[in-house]
Amino acid sequence: MKLGIVKETWQGERRVAASPQVVAKWVKAGWGVQLERGAGELASYPDSQYETAGATIVDRAAAWGDSDIVLKLRPPTTSEVEQLREGCTLISYLQPAQNTELVDALAKRKVNALAMDQVPRISRAQKMDALSSMANISGYRAVIEAAARFGSFFTGQFTAAGKVPPAKVLIIGAGVAGLAALGAAKGLGAIVRAFDVRAAVEEQVKSLGGEFLTVTIKEAGEGQGGYAKEMSKEFLDAEYALFRAQAKEVDIVITTALIPGKPAPKLWFTDMVEMMKPGSVVVDMAAEQGGNCDVTKPGEAIDHKGVIVIGYTDLASRMAHVASDLYGTNLLHFLDEMGGAKGWKIDHDNDAVRPALVLEKGEKMWPPPPPAKKPEPAKEAPKPAPVAEKKPVEPAAKAPAKAHGGGHAPAPRPPSKGLGIVMSLLGLIAAGVFLYLRFGHVDALASPATQDFLQRMTVFVLAIFVGMQVVWNVTPALHTPLMSVTNAISGIIVIGGLLGAIGALTPSIWLAIAATFFATINIAGGFLVTRRMLAMFRK
Amino acid sequence: MHAYLNSTALIVAAYVVAAVLFILSLRGLSSQETARRGNLYGIIGMAIAIAATLATNTSALDAAKFQPVLFAAIGGGAVIGAIMAARVGMTQMPELVALLHSFVGLAAVLVGYSLDRKEVPAFGLRIEIFVDVWIGAITTTGSILAFLKLRGSVSGRPLLLPARHFLNLAMLVGSITCAALYAKDANQTYLYAGTAIASVLGVHLVAGIGGADMPVVVSMLNSYSGWTASAAGFMLHNDLLIITGALVGSSGAILSYIMCRAMNRSIWNVIFGGFGAAPPKPVAKGEAPAPGEVQEIDATTLAATLKSSKEVIIVPGYGMAVARAQHAVRELTDILRKEGVNVRFAIHPVAGRLPGHMNVLLAEANVPYDIVHEMDEINADFPTTDVAIVIGANDIVNPAAEDDPTSPIAGMPVLQVWKAKLVIVNKRSRAAGYAGIDNQLFYKPVTKMLFGDSKDAIEKVVTTLKA
Repeated sequence: MKLGIVKETWQGERRVAASPQVVAKWVKAGWGVQLERGAGELASYPDSQYETAGATIVDRAAAWGDSDIVLKLRPPTTSEVEQLREGCTLISYLQPAQNTELVDALAKRKVNALAMDQVPRISRAQKMDALSSMANISGYRAVIEAAARFGSFFTGQFTAAGKVPPAKVLIIGAGVAGLAALGAAKGLGAIVRAFDVRAAVEEQVKSLGGEFLTVTIKEAGEGQGGYAKEMSKEFLDAEYALFRAQAKEVDIVITTALIPGKPAPKLWFTDMVEMMKPGSVVVDMAAEQGGNCDVTKPGEAIDHKGVIVIGYTDLASRMAHVASDLYGTNLLHFLDEMGGAKGWKIDHDNDAVRPALVLEKGEKMWPPPPPAKKPEPAKEAPKPAPVAEKKPVEPAAKAPAKAHGGGHAPAPRPPSKGLGIVMSLLGLIAAGVFLYLRFGHVDALASPATQDFLQRMTVFVLAIFVGMQVVWNVTPALHTPLMSVTNAISGIIVIGGLLGAIGALTPSIWLAIAATFFATINIAGGFLVTRRMLAMFRK
Repeated sequence: MHAYLNSTALIVAAYVVAAVLFILSLRGLSSQETARRGNLYGIIGMAIAIAATLATNTSALDAAKFQPVLFAAIGGGAVIGAIMAARVGMTQMPELVALLHSFVGLAAVLVGYSLDRKEVPAFGLRIEIFVDVWIGAITTTGSILAFLKLRGSVSGRPLLLPARHFLNLAMLVGSITCAALYAKDANQTYLYAGTAIASVLGVHLVAGIGGADMPVVVSMLNSYSGWTASAAGFMLHNDLLIITGALVGSSGAILSYIMCRAMNRSIWNVIFGGFGAAPPKPVAKGEAPAPGEVQEIDATTLAATLKSSKEVIIVPGYGMAVARAQHAVRELTDILRKEGVNVRFAIHPVAGRLPGHMNVLLAEANVPYDIVHEMDEINADFPTTDVAIVIGANDIVNPAAEDDPTSPIAGMPVLQVWKAKLVIVNKRSRAAGYAGIDNQLFYKPVTKMLFGDSKDAIEKVVTTLKA
C-alpha cells in the first residue's frame, strides 16, 4: 500500500500531514510512502529528512493520483479532489456536515473518505484524536500570543525597583484547549481561573493549579460526546454577571467555548471588553466558528479601545513543526487501528473507525448509525475520577492519575491503633512484673544496683528511639540488606561470650566459648552477605 | 560479677564509638548510595568492640586469661560464617537470615547459662539471666522452625492447635512461675524448665503462621534477636549490648509493622490469627461462583505482543524466586528496553518471603534499581500500561482484596494489574496462592495465562525475541 502525503494549500497553512519521524515508522511497518515536493517546508521539515526516513519525493500529480491512501490535514479543495484516483482513500479533516459540496465531489470520484475530525471521543480512540492534539497546541499557543502582546510579566516579581503583581488569566471553557491554556499560563506564573458549565471538569482545573469558577444555579452542562450544551436563560444571566465582575479584574481572557454543529456562542460582549483595563488581551480561540467575543475579527489581532482582541484562526499552524508531528502520529495510530500495513481495511464494526467513515467507494456512509445513547458515562460512572470525560488531552489525562496517586486501597484501615494500645498495655504489665520481681524485696530501692538499673533503662529506651528514627528512613528496596546487617550487629552478643570466657576451663567457660562461636558465625555471615547483596545493587 | 564491670576509659570510649558506628550503619542503609558505607561502619564498629574487649581484659590480672580455645572458636565461627555468606544463593536469603537469628538466640542462652554457672548469681542478676535465656530460647527455636519452613523441610501450612491461645497463655504463666521460683532460690532446674517452655513457645508461635506471612515472621524474629542482645546487656551491665540490641530490636519491630501495614492487617492477626489455611468458613472451595474459563497465551504470541507494546510492567512474586527466573527476566527486560519498550518493575511490600526479597533478586540479576518501583510509586500507572506481566505472584495482585469484602485479604493494598490493557499471568498451575484464595484476576477478559515454570516460560519468550 502506498501512502501519499500532499502539500497543504490553504492560505497561511504551515502544517503537513506527517513528520519525517512518523514516516520512518510507516516505512518500517511496511508502507510505501511518497511525499509531494516541499510539503513539509513550512513546518521546518525539509524534503531531505523525509528521504532519509524512506519516503520518495514526487510531484503534485503523482502524490494525489498515484497513492492508495492520500493523507492530508485541511479538507481538500474541489479541484484537488479531481486529481484523486478512483477507488483510492482520502484521510483528512472533512467536516462533512458543513462541506456537503466537497462530499458530493468526492463521491463522484468514487473514493473512500475518512474524516479525522469525526474520530469519536472515546477512550480507546484518544491516540487518534487529531482535534484534541490540535486543540492542545492551540491552547498553548493562545497563551503565548497573549503573553507576546501583554505589556507586563505573567509571573509576579519582586525587583529592586518595586513589586510587580502576577497577571490574572481567565479561561472560559475548560476543554482540551482550555486546559492546555491553563497549564501554559500557570507555567508562566500567572494566576489562572477557569470557567466551565460542566461541573465535572472542576477536578481537572484544580489539578492543574487553576481556580474553578462557576455559577450557583444548578444545571448540568454535559452534552453528548464530551462537549457542553446550550444553557437556560437564568443560567446565562448569572454567567454573564460573573464575567462582568471578572472583566474588571483580569488581564488576559482566553475563550474556547464551542457547541458542535453551531456557531460559537457569544459570551464576551463588547461592554465586557470595554470594562477591561487598557492593555489587557482577549484571545478568542473560537474565532473560526464566529468567535465568542463580539468584537473579534477572525484571523486578526485588533485594538478595541485599548484592549487587544486576538482572533487568529491558525494557532496550531503557528506551531506547525510539533503540530505536524502530532497529527502524523494520530494518523499513524488511525492506520494501525484499521489494520496497519498488512491488513488495512475499512471495518464497519470498529467503533473507533466507523464514525469517521464518510464515503466508501463513493457511497455516503455519514452520518454513522447512532451509537447506543451515552454508553460511556453510564459504564464509567462509578469511577471516582472523571476518566469518562472525553477530553483526552495530556493535562486532563494526567489529572486523574494524580488524584489516584497512592489511593490504591479502597478503605485502608488506619494503622491499627488497637495494636499500639494492646502492645503498650502488655509492655507495661511485663515491665511491672519484671520490676516487682527485680525490686520487690526490701531495701531494693536504696541499693546502688537499682540506681544502676534505672540508668541502663534510660540508655535502653533512648536507643530504641534512635533505632526507630534511623530505620524509618530505610528504603523498602533495602529491607533485606537491613535485616542481614542488623543480624550481624546483633552478633554483638559476642561481647557477652568474650567477657564470660576468662579463666580456667570450667563448664561456665565452655558455655561462654560456645556462645562466642555462634555469635561469630553470625557476625561474619551477616556482614559478608550484606556486602555481597549491596554489591549487586546498581543503577 | 564485678569482674564484668570493666570501666577503664579505653573500653568506655571504644563502646561509645562502636555504638555510634552501628547507628551510622543503619542510617547508611537509608539509600542505595550510602548502603555500602553503612555496612562498612557496622564492620568497623564490631571490630572496635571486639578488639577493645579482648585488649582490656587480656592486660588485666594474670589469672584472668583467655583460653586459646576461645580464639579457635572465634576463628572457626568466622570461617563458617564466611562460607555460609559466600555460598548462599540469593533465593535462599530468607533461610540464611532466619538461621542467623537462631544463632543470636542460642548465643544469648549460652551466655546466660555460663553466667549462672560461674557463681551463684545475686537475686537481681537471676532475674536478668532468666529474661535473657527466655527471650533467647524463643528466638532460637522460632528461628529454626522458620528456617525449616522457608527451606521447605517443614510444610508452610500453619499449624493451628484448637486451644492455641490458651496454650500460649499457659506457657506465659508457666514461664513467670519458673522465673519467680528461680529468682527465689537460684535453683537451676527452674531456669532450665523456663528455657524448655520458651523453646516450645517459640516453635508454637512460628508454627501457627502461614507461608505468606513469612516476611512478618522473619522481621519479628529479627526484632527478638535484638531484644535478646539487650537482655544480655542488662544481665552483663554492658551498655553497648543494650544499645545495639535496642537498635536491632526496634529495627525489626518497624519492619514487622511495615509488612503488616502492607497487608492491611494488625500484627496480632498475623501472630495469632493463623491466617492462611483452614479459614473459619470454606471460602476457598465450592463457594466460588463458577469461575469462568481462563485464556491461555503461548510464548511466541507473547513475544510478538511485547515487542509491539510501549509500556510494560513486570510484577514478580515468590514464584520467580522459587524458579530462579530472575536472570531470564533480566534478559527479557534488556531485550525489550533495547527495542524501546519502557519496562519497569512493580514490587509489592510483601512479595516474596522476606522484606525487600524481590529487590535483592532483581539486583542480583543486574536489573538497574531505578526501574524497580514500590507499589505506591507505580500503582497509578497501570491504566496506561500496555502489558502487565505477573510472574509467580498471586495474592498481591488479587482484585478480591478490593472488590470482595468477605475475602480473607479484603482491604489489603494490591497491585492493580487488571487495569492494564493486557495482563499476562505466569503460573506453574491453577492452584490458589498461599492465602488459599481463588484469584478472579485469572478469569478477567484482559488476562491471559502463561502456564509453566517461570524460568522456562520466560526463557522461551526470550528465545523467540532473539530469533
